Amino acid sequence: MADIQIRAVRKSYGKTPTLHGIDLSFDSGEFVVILGPSGCGKSTLLRMIAGLEDITAGEIAIDGRVVNKLEPRERGCAMVFQNYALYPHMTVAGNIGYALKVAGVAKAERERRIAETAKIVGLQDYLERRPAALSGGQRQRVAMARAIIREPKVFLFDEPLSNLDAKLRVTMRAEIRKLHQRLSATSVFVTHDQVEAMTLADRLVVMNRGHVEQVGRPLDIYHRPASTFVASFIGAPAMNLFTTRIEVETATVRLDGAAIAIDPLVAHALRGREVIVGIRPEQCRLTTEGKGLPARIDFVEELGVGRVIHCEIAGEAFAAAVAEDADVSAGDTVWLSLPPEQLHFFDAETGRRIEFPLPGTDIAAARGSASTTQHTGVLS
Amino acid sequence: MIQRTPYADAFTYAIMVIGFLLLLGPFLVVLAGASQTMPQVNAVPFSFLPQGEFMKNASAAWARADLGTAMTNSLIMAALVTAGKVALSACTAFAIVFFRTPLKHVFFWSVFITLMLPLEVRVVPTYAVAADLFQPIKSILGFFGLEIGIEWNLLNSYAGLTLPLIATATGTFLYRQFFMTLPDELAEAARMDGSGSVRFFFDMLLPLSRTNMLALTTIMFVYGWNQYLWPLLMVTDPSYKTLMMSLLALLPSDNGIPDWNVTLAGSLIIMAPPVIVVAVLQRWFVRGLVSSEK
Amino acid sequence: MEKRAVFKSWWLPVLFALPQLVLILLFFYWPVAAVVNWAFTLEPPFGGAAEFVGFANFKEALSDPFYWNSVVVSLIFATVGPFFCIFIGLTLALAVDRQLPGSGFFRFFYILPFAIAGPAAGMAFRFILSPERGLAASINALSPDLWNPAKYGSHALALVIIIFIWKWSGYTFIFLLAGLQSVPRALGEAAAMDGAGPFRRAIDVQVPLLAPTLFFLLVTMMTEGFVGADTFGIVHSVTGGGPNHGTEVMVYRIVDEAFQGLNYSGASAQSIILIGLIMVFTFIQFRFIEKRVHYK
Repeated sequence: MADIQIRAVRKSYGKTPTLHGIDLSFDSGEFVVILGPSGCGKSTLLRMIAGLEDITAGEIAIDGRVVNKLEPRERGCAMVFQNYALYPHMTVAGNIGYALKVAGVAKAERERRIAETAKIVGLQDYLERRPAALSGGQRQRVAMARAIIREPKVFLFDEPLSNLDAKLRVTMRAEIRKLHQRLSATSVFVTHDQVEAMTLADRLVVMNRGHVEQVGRPLDIYHRPASTFVASFIGAPAMNLFTTRIEVETATVRLDGAAIAIDPLVAHALRGREVIVGIRPEQCRLTTEGKGLPARIDFVEELGVGRVIHCEIAGEAFAAAVAEDADVSAGDTVWLSLPPEQLHFFDAETGRRIEFPLPGTDIAAARGSASTTQHTGVLS
Repeated sequence: MIQRTPYADAFTYAIMVIGFLLLLGPFLVVLAGASQTMPQVNAVPFSFLPQGEFMKNASAAWARADLGTAMTNSLIMAALVTAGKVALSACTAFAIVFFRTPLKHVFFWSVFITLMLPLEVRVVPTYAVAADLFQPIKSILGFFGLEIGIEWNLLNSYAGLTLPLIATATGTFLYRQFFMTLPDELAEAARMDGSGSVRFFFDMLLPLSRTNMLALTTIMFVYGWNQYLWPLLMVTDPSYKTLMMSLLALLPSDNGIPDWNVTLAGSLIIMAPPVIVVAVLQRWFVRGLVSSEK
Repeated sequence: MEKRAVFKSWWLPVLFALPQLVLILLFFYWPVAAVVNWAFTLEPPFGGAAEFVGFANFKEALSDPFYWNSVVVSLIFATVGPFFCIFIGLTLALAVDRQLPGSGFFRFFYILPFAIAGPAAGMAFRFILSPERGLAASINALSPDLWNPAKYGSHALALVIIIFIWKWSGYTFIFLLAGLQSVPRALGEAAAMDGAGPFRRAIDVQVPLLAPTLFFLLVTMMTEGFVGADTFGIVHSVTGGGPNHGTEVMVYRIVDEAFQGLNYSGASAQSIILIGLIMVFTFIQFRFIEKRVHYK
């Protein structure tokens, strides 16, 4: 158990910067997932915690101790690699016990702990096999056992599930989570898969191009994405985003000619500004003909638990999730209502979320009374 | 292949059989000649039929060229060259591939350049160094006006026979090639497990390199065994003679009796060990050859 | 291609590379430096005062008709030999690559000659292609001296080239077969779908894709022909450079001049010329290999 402090950490390879000043703090025992597209610097950050990459500037502290200059073995971290990195010439037992062997643990003690660890991950019957004779899931377990046996203060996972097939990935996800509850060591898990991130994380760090975009609990991030990047990266299908201008008189935004009602107080606060408006597909509703936003369906995606209709609105792809029994098919025109309280607003230039109330306005006070009277009216 | 065509197949077999006769024919001639009596071996036209005289011819050849001593020396030389190459090039490749140091480029290029110039074109000064190992140091000191009185002569010694042959790049690149194919995470995982570089070398790299070592062993054995020019220059003391040097001693004397059956039997003894190695370990030999060249 | 080298230490790699570095320094770089030094000086071997003579040693070598003779002999040796090695190797590789039943058996035997040292092979061929016995004697039965390498330089040169081809064909075979096997099967299948028979496929699909291997072999084999150990070994054990300098290749002349003629400076000057030649070859090959990497 240890907390991790990352202070103003930068990384550049030669002259190319890959991390631009990262400040993060992970609590002891927390399961942190770092999520981002490939090349965003998430793995680099993880490898810097592990001690496999030099820290160009800033410092990383584990358990209150600055580790910048420490060798990986002195940091108390264990790591599970994406391709498992099992030692091909050693048996499962040899793989699991290698760290102890290096540390000079006596053979009897080593064997006892290997057996114990193998049992945790369900490998007790495979100890004499070579990695080549194991399935993908079993190799994954060996990699985890190899990390567990060291009783590390910190677990580091570098996209450990991306080489597994979809079904196994779900199983292993659950196992990792269970394991975390059992061992409750601080875990840092890097992935590009947002479902994995949402399901595993106590706290989620979203990264893009060497910056931290947002840190928070998964649901908070889902509900209040801090930027258009986060908004489109979290959630599937991705949030619909469109650039438009606020019309304060009618309290609407224009989308492909149709007027979409928004909260008048928001309209007032953002009057005349160009903004990016976002709505999640699962918040769009089908409504009766002639109301809301007309959309001609390009194709319908069956998900089983529901259907996603794909259309083009104002030249942009637009998706809406509907119930599995909704009577829609390609070529139909449907009418969509976009509930105002589900709309997200982002600055058109910076892409950052516009939070309400806006600082320096007195609308905060006004809003309390206004929303009760007007809100429902606009909705229906 | 996809579809079979009888004419093309027949033609293919014809080519393979002709190739077989051309490449294996000489072996058959040597085998037949080595087992014949002197009149038989000199008969025109030559008979490809083997006779029963091989052991007699072989022992005559053995005695004529003192093949016993030479065989021992050749074995020692081939073994030393092989062992030295297998060990040293693994170390060098390790230094080149797994360390973050600008020196590795210096190492790489200084080894790489040795591929270009075979012993034959630098044989005279190499001989001079072997005659006195300290000659380079002496020359450099001499340049500054210093003189030292030490001398270390490698002529007529196993060290002299083998060390200059180990000073080439072949094996280094074979290992390097292999090391480059190992995933980076392997070394990183070992590092996370607390293993240092030396430990990684012995616990991971060497066991993983077994097949490469075998491949390198086969080609280096053949290389060491077949050395001709270097021993010819180095060795004047008959007790260090190698088999290759004995070849000319097997020839019938110019105006003497043409006992080619004995010569051929002796040649066969000299050819046999590398041929057996390549035949038995062909897979490894081919792998070593192909991967050390690319 | 760079690996993510993981260990940080400046002295450990030095320690690991040191044994080999010392050896190549002593037995490679120092001798090469000495060759260069000797080529431009005249000095008694192994000591004594060296006198700088500029290009005099080169001039002397280049004005010697026997030197030019050795250049011509080497050129013939190093073009005819490699050409046939590659031709034979390619033909056999194409045949074996068709993977007809039994081709594994042939493959096994084709490689064996390469295990034999040039001089040992030379000894066998001295008998096999001797004018008085062995296989070639039957030719001379038609008319005396139709074949006599002991008498005619051209015959002797043909003999040493034949030995070279015999030994090295298996080598080119290995590389060409490996090259063929790395050509995706789907390409052959696509050509077959387009109606190409086995011969057409070989000429139109396989050989062009082998171009990198063929080029690599051409350069390697020519280098081998000019300076290879076998080139020296075969000539030394079979003809001794004769008759009448007919088989005196450049390498043979260098060694002969140094150790028989004790003309170290002349031998060194000739070595430098040969080294220059190899450098050109290596440079061409290096440029080409670089290109091939980009091509992939």
